[in-house]
Amino acid sequence: MCLAIPGRIVELLDADLQLAKAEVGGVRRNINIGLVGDEANPIAVGDWVLIHVGFALSKIDEVEADLTLRALGQIGKAYEDEIADLRQSQIT
Amino acid sequence: MKFVTEFRDADLARAVAANIAEIAAPGRHYKIMEVCGGHTHTIYRHGIKDLLPENVELVHGPGCPVCVLPMGRVDDGIAIAQRSDVIFTCFGDMLRVPGSKGTLLEIKALGADVRMVYSPLDALRLARENPDRDVVFYAIGFETTAPSTALTLQRAKREGLHNFYVFCNHVTIVPPVRALLDSPDLRLDAFIGPGHVSTVIGCRPYEFMSADYGKPVVVAGFEPLDLMQAILMLMRQLAEGRCTVECQYNRVVPWEGNQAALRSISEVFELRPYFEWRGLGFIAQSALRLSHAYADFDAEIRFDVEGVRVADPKACQCGEVLKGVLKPWECKVFGTTCTPEHPLGALMVSSEGACAAYHNFGRKTFAVTGAMR
Repeated sequence: MCLAIPGRIVELLDADLQLAKAEVGGVRRNINIGLVGDEANPIAVGDWVLIHVGFALSKIDEVEADLTLRALGQIGKAYEDEIADLRQSQIT
Repeated sequence: MKFVTEFRDADLARAVAANIAEIAAPGRHYKIMEVCGGHTHTIYRHGIKDLLPENVELVHGPGCPVCVLPMGRVDDGIAIAQRSDVIFTCFGDMLRVPGSKGTLLEIKALGADVRMVYSPLDALRLARENPDRDVVFYAIGFETTAPSTALTLQRAKREGLHNFYVFCNHVTIVPPVRALLDSPDLRLDAFIGPGHVSTVIGCRPYEFMSADYGKPVVVAGFEPLDLMQAILMLMRQLAEGRCTVECQYNRVVPWEGNQAALRSISEVFELRPYFEWRGLGFIAQSALRLSHAYADFDAEIRFDVEGVRVADPKACQCGEVLKGVLKPWECKVFGTTCTPEHPLGALMVSSEGACAAYHNFGRKTFAVTGAMR
């Protein structure tokens, strides 16, 4: 379904390629953070972002992340499928 | 703790539902369209319909980017995928969408190298790892997804890759909504604006709906309570004679949108003069193609895509459901010839499609929400 799911930044990997490692639904995967943050407010470890097809689309706060995760948990298969697809991702 | 918050949410939802029922003028019938497929999914999943009074009707819009692609575009993708020198990549949803002679999953079973990818960057990695094959990415999605394809292409260009191509089927949200507003078939009172598209384009692009067409718009989040609150905000506007764009989802959606994302779209893509939409016909400037600067990555140029026009099967009423003229269960073949296991059209395949959402959730939740009352 190409959902947008909350993930927490756990490591900044490559500033040039704009890659970071995020923890999403219990899985750690590389994502692109080129669409979020800027020089004044760069993305940092611990930040929560909304992730869509391997790209962070928006920075969100932890409360919003929690609410969204709860809502996603209720939608069942579509969310499970999204996490299953994400597990196969290997962004470099 | 989880039980308490869920219970509180149910209470809140009921409170909002009571407010909506109070405001709804008796004898008036309200038609509110949710544009976004993700919202359609939430509506059915949580039985939102049953929390609303009889005279407030939700109409489903064309916000499912898989569903609105005409069959011909699926056939074109399949034609590319059948080439022996191609690794064809796409999102999971696309694998089972029917073309006129089969699906991508079926040709994969016959030996075509078709691979599901989570991200266009995964397709890019495949191109790097397979320099002797052409890797094609079937790009679909509204403005939510276009920036991801754009950034991927920018990186492909930077790396000087010569074997990566995008078959671009990105569409934009405003033109089909405008087409619906212009359509004599529909008489809508208000709109629930899309959630994630708005994180990219912001809320300004919807101002024409209030200013030119007199329809209130509220951009909503994806939780049931978000949708209920958005519906209440719309009903209040209608009751008070106000007509404007509001954002219920402002915890996530910036009013001006995501500037980096918008810049990437304008650098990599350009608007097609027109594009055919299932159910809505040809709409001007409603879809994206690669700009001249990225012509080397354009699958339509590289593979001389035929651009076949294929009508939906006669039994199919996808177009009418997409326009909101028919509800899923009103389609002649819903649940009989057309099911998730044997779909006739994309609306039954894609998890954002109204028919799949209703088939999977709609009929069961009536019992659940009945128990809630």
